[in-house]
Amino acid sequence: MADNSLKKISIVPFGPQHPVLPEPIHLDLVLQDEKVVDALPSIGFVHRGLEKLVEKRDFKEFVLVAERTCGICSFGHSLGYVEAIEKIMDIETTPRTKYLRTMWAELARMHNHLMWLGLLADAFGFESLFMESWRLREKVLDLLELTTGGRVIFSVNKVGGLRRDVTHEMLQTILQTLDDLEKECRVATDTFLGDKDVLSRMVGVGKLSPERAEELGCCGPFLRASGVRRDVRMLGYEAYGDLDMEPVTSLEGDCYARCKVRIEELYQSMDLIRQVIAKMPGGPIEVPVKGNPDGEYMARIEQPRGEALYYVKANGTKNLVRYRNRTPTFSNLPGLIETIRGAELADVAMMILTIDPCISCTER
Amino acid sequence: MKMTKSPWVLHYDGSSCNGCDIEVLASTTPRYDLERFGIINTGDPKHADVFLITGGINFQNRMVVQQLYSQMPDPKVVVAVGICACDGGVFKDCYNILGGVDKVIPVDIYVPGCAARPESIIEGVVKALDILKKKRDRMKQGLPPEEKGWAIANIRDGKALAAQEARINAQLKMEDEAREARYRAHEEAHKE
Repeated sequence: MADNSLKKISIVPFGPQHPVLPEPIHLDLVLQDEKVVDALPSIGFVHRGLEKLVEKRDFKEFVLVAERTCGICSFGHSLGYVEAIEKIMDIETTPRTKYLRTMWAELARMHNHLMWLGLLADAFGFESLFMESWRLREKVLDLLELTTGGRVIFSVNKVGGLRRDVTHEMLQTILQTLDDLEKECRVATDTFLGDKDVLSRMVGVGKLSPERAEELGCCGPFLRASGVRRDVRMLGYEAYGDLDMEPVTSLEGDCYARCKVRIEELYQSMDLIRQVIAKMPGGPIEVPVKGNPDGEYMARIEQPRGEALYYVKANGTKNLVRYRNRTPTFSNLPGLIETIRGAELADVAMMILTIDPCISCTER
Repeated sequence: MKMTKSPWVLHYDGSSCNGCDIEVLASTTPRYDLERFGIINTGDPKHADVFLITGGINFQNRMVVQQLYSQMPDPKVVVAVGICACDGGVFKDCYNILGGVDKVIPVDIYVPGCAARPESIIEGVVKALDILKKKRDRMKQGLPPEEKGWAIANIRDGKALAAQEARINAQLKMEDEAREARYRAHEEAHKE
C-alpha cells in the first residue's frame, strides 16, 4: 500500500436516519479521500414479518395486508396477490375487472414516477423542481381518490374482482385531467432532460453496463436504462395483452438514462390509460368465489419499480401455507452497490435514489 | 413564542409501509404547503421541535427511535402518525412488531388513519404545538418538561415488554460469553 500512504481510509455511516432518505436503510461507506471504495448495506429496520401473517388471516382478508407491504406500490401488491390466488382457484375475472385493474396499475405508476422525479430533484438540491413534481402528482392522486376512494392505500382489489365500479363521468374526468397534466408535465420533464445544472449532476454518473446489469439480476427501469429490453407487462397479464405498448429503453446506463426512461414511462402510462378507457368493456366487476384455494402459483407483475414475484402456496384451508414476495428493490440492490463503488461521496445520495429504493417492500 | 409558530419537524419512518411517509412529505408540498408557515422538514434531530414518527416499533429500529428522541433538545413533542404508529395497526400480530411508538418513547398526539391524510397530519402537528407551548412554560418555571416521566412499567403490556427485553438481553449475553469462551479456547490451543 505504498502508493496509498497519503490516502486515508475512513468509514462514513449513511442512515438509517438521513435527510435524503424517506425510509431507513443503513450503508457503511468506505471512503478513500472523497471516493467511495466500498459500500456495506445493512437492512432490517422496516422488517415486520407480514408474510407470516397468512397463518393468522383468511386468504380473502390477506389482500388488505398484502397491499400494505408498501404504500407506494400498494395497488401492484394487491394485484399480484389476487392474481396468484385467482390462478390457483381457476377464476376467470370479468373483462371490465381486467381493464380497470390495468388502468389503476398505470395510474399508480404515474404517481410513483412523478414522486420519484421529485425526490431525485430534492437529492440534487433543486427544491422548486421537487415541489413542482409533487404538485403534479397531487392531480394523479385526485384521480385515484375519485375512482377508488383512497389516496395511497386503495383497498379496491379483492379475490375474484373489485370492490368498486367506475362511472362513465369518472372516466371522462380522467381523460380530461390527463390532457391537462400532459402539458404541465412536459414543462417539468423538459427541465429534467435539458437543464444544464441537472445534466451536470446526472450525465455519466453511476454507469452500469447491460451485461453487468443482467448478471446482477436488476429489473425494471434500472435494467431498461442499461439497454436491456425487458418488461413483464409484455407477457400480457390482465389487459396488457390487448394494448399496444413497447418497453422504454435507453442505452447509456447512467443516472440520466434512468431519469429519461422513467419520464418516457410516465407518458407511456398516459397513453396506456387512454387506450384502456377507449376499449373499456361494460359488465359486472366481480365473479363469485367458492371454496378455498389448493395448490401453488408464482405470479409475475411489473411494478413501477420493476418486476415483482408473488408466490402463494395453499392447502385447501382458509389460511394459506406460504406467501412469498420478491420485490424489485431487492434485486436492484446488488446493482446499486456496484454503481456506488468508485463514485464520489456527494453522488451517493442521488445514486441510491436512481434505483428508486423501496425499503419497506424489500424488508416486508 | 416564535418556536411554536414555526416549529421544525423531524420525520422518521419506523416500520411503516411508506403510505404515511409520503403523506407527511405531501403535506409540505404545494397542495397543503406547511412550509409557508415556516414549518420545515429538517433532517437533523438537534434542530427539531416536533418528532413525526410513522410505523410501529420493531427490534431493529427501537434503538434508532430512542436515540433520535434523546438527541432532540427540550421541549419536544412526539406525534405518532398513522394507525401503525398508534398501536401496530394491521401488523399488530406480526412477530417482529412490538407495538406502537408509545412502547419506547412518550407520545403526545396520536393521528390515526391508514394512511393518515395530510389534513389530519397537519391537524395533529397544530395540536402538538399547544403541548409544546405548555412544556415550554413548565421549563420556564424551572420544572421538567414532561409532567410524568416515561417508564416501561407504566405503559400497557409494559411488564410483558420488560420481560421480553430481559429475555433477549440474557440470550445476547449468553451468546457473547459463549463466543468469547470459544475464542479463548482457540487462542489457548494455538499458543504453542
